[in-house]
Amino acid sequence: MAFTENVSKLMNKYNWGLLVVWFIIPLFLKNWSYGLHILIMVAVYVLLTQSLNVVLGLAGQLHLGHAANFGIGAYISGLLMVDAGFSFWATLPLAFIGAGLVGLVVGLPTLRGVGGDYLGIVTLGFGEITRIFLINWDSVTRGPMGLPGIPAPVLFGYSFSSKIPYFYLITIMALATWFLLERLTNSKTGLQFMAVRTDENCAQVLGINTGLVKMSAFGISAAFAGLAGAFYASYFSFISPDSFMFVDSLAVICMLIVGGKGNMVGCVLGALLLGIAPELFRFLGDYRMLIYGVLLTVMVIHRPLGIWGLDKRRLNKIAIIR
Amino acid sequence: MLETHDLGIRFGGLEALKNFNFKIQKGEIVGIVGPNGAGKTTVLNLISGVYSPTTGRIVFQDNEISGMRPHKITHLGISRTFQNIRLIPSLSVLENVMLGGALRVRESILDAMLMGPWVKKRREKWIQDAKTMLEYVGLKEILNMEAVSLPYGKQREVEIARAIATRSRLLLLDEPAAGMSKMEKQNLVTLVRKLRDDMGMTIIIIEHDIKLVLELVDRVAVLDFGEKIADGEPNDVKSDPMVIKAYLGVKE
Repeated sequence: MAFTENVSKLMNKYNWGLLVVWFIIPLFLKNWSYGLHILIMVAVYVLLTQSLNVVLGLAGQLHLGHAANFGIGAYISGLLMVDAGFSFWATLPLAFIGAGLVGLVVGLPTLRGVGGDYLGIVTLGFGEITRIFLINWDSVTRGPMGLPGIPAPVLFGYSFSSKIPYFYLITIMALATWFLLERLTNSKTGLQFMAVRTDENCAQVLGINTGLVKMSAFGISAAFAGLAGAFYASYFSFISPDSFMFVDSLAVICMLIVGGKGNMVGCVLGALLLGIAPELFRFLGDYRMLIYGVLLTVMVIHRPLGIWGLDKRRLNKIAIIR
Repeated sequence: MLETHDLGIRFGGLEALKNFNFKIQKGEIVGIVGPNGAGKTTVLNLISGVYSPTTGRIVFQDNEISGMRPHKITHLGISRTFQNIRLIPSLSVLENVMLGGALRVRESILDAMLMGPWVKKRREKWIQDAKTMLEYVGLKEILNMEAVSLPYGKQREVEIARAIATRSRLLLLDEPAAGMSKMEKQNLVTLVRKLRDDMGMTIIIIEHDIKLVLELVDRVAVLDFGEKIADGEPNDVKSDPMVIKAYLGVKE
């Protein structure tokens, strides 16, 4: 405990420093666009992990189809830009709300007491249905060929078409999400999420409408994933149903588990680690997956709460209620 | 304040409780005692809505609450503690108690994200209320400790603070003295009396420590095999032959 407390003190002391480092890195990677690409993807993963954290980490509801929420946001934003000529910024709230509404619907079965493994199957089904829907509704989504030509965001005549500006844009977006979701964690709703996760019966007796609380967790989680999707679409300028598969959901779950469920700092660590490590070990070829598997197994056995999990929650500087 | 009429529940072939008729007046402290498996906790689970009765009904302050969902019942003013302490791990003592007070706090998701001055004001009051409750049960220096890391007796007190933070009128205590030291038990007796005298609460207490119950309560009901076999003032119940039989058995 003493060690982690020291680490957290250091982190709290130098968190601005860490942020500055993150902001400076791209200046050194100017000519290495692959490196920049990895960092941008890490920021997207941070968004995804933090949004998944709401439903899986805080409210404790197994969600195996998070990539679908991401995909829905990406398609809403992409299609509106390509087919209806919307500006990127106008599609953001629509991707947010659209994905959020779908998320609420996915949360409906929890009202009827569906939980645990069964909920896993429901959400897994949701992920697959969404993907198949995107493939087969080709009159709108262009089907398996994907949707090309999504324009880059433009702000006051400035286009975020190259990697460095995009890096800063997505970083600011991830920080804003972090800020908002951290506030949510340390609020009445956050406390209720955590009560529902640990002990539903007890939560009910404390006057919490557990069904409603779980549904809102699904909604918020999906909405923020939708936002991440919109950014992803305009970054790649091309999306296809293959980008939002079960393995992608699984990757985000792994980040959350390794980083630490229920803790926003943990989410960032998980996204950083599992976003960068596979690229670093690319020279190992397929043995990478072996390392990945071993890492996960070791984590789950020795540190089931993740690197920076719930037990470290009160060490975070930003926690409003300590 | 609370009445049950022919209340009964059946789990498969087991009739855990039958024809339970019970009444509690405002400001009373009533004990429910009985041997293991007599159905004491079942009564609390029925009142707090964790179970729905198979027969009979429960009326609380002119509201029929049988079959109502637990969170609605809590909103009407009934709170409880659990036999096996159920605090939320990873939350601090203060946060656990705040969770109890949450149902009186208006704070939407949007409010939490905007954190405008009106939200801060409400939250300050919320925190202050929780602190008051903690002070009331005699805990004030350990607000920021993780609730589940506390010793057993203290955890019980946190749970009571959380229950009264819902501002309930009727408090159900399920074996609050279990695992408590003699001193802690004495504190508990003082606390329960204080809750009644200062806050005007009505209290139903389930307890195995008969001495403590008889010292504390105004009235005691005795359950055996899901049936009420006695109900009255502690002294009368103590000498009731049925009760003695249930507890000690009879000479053959």
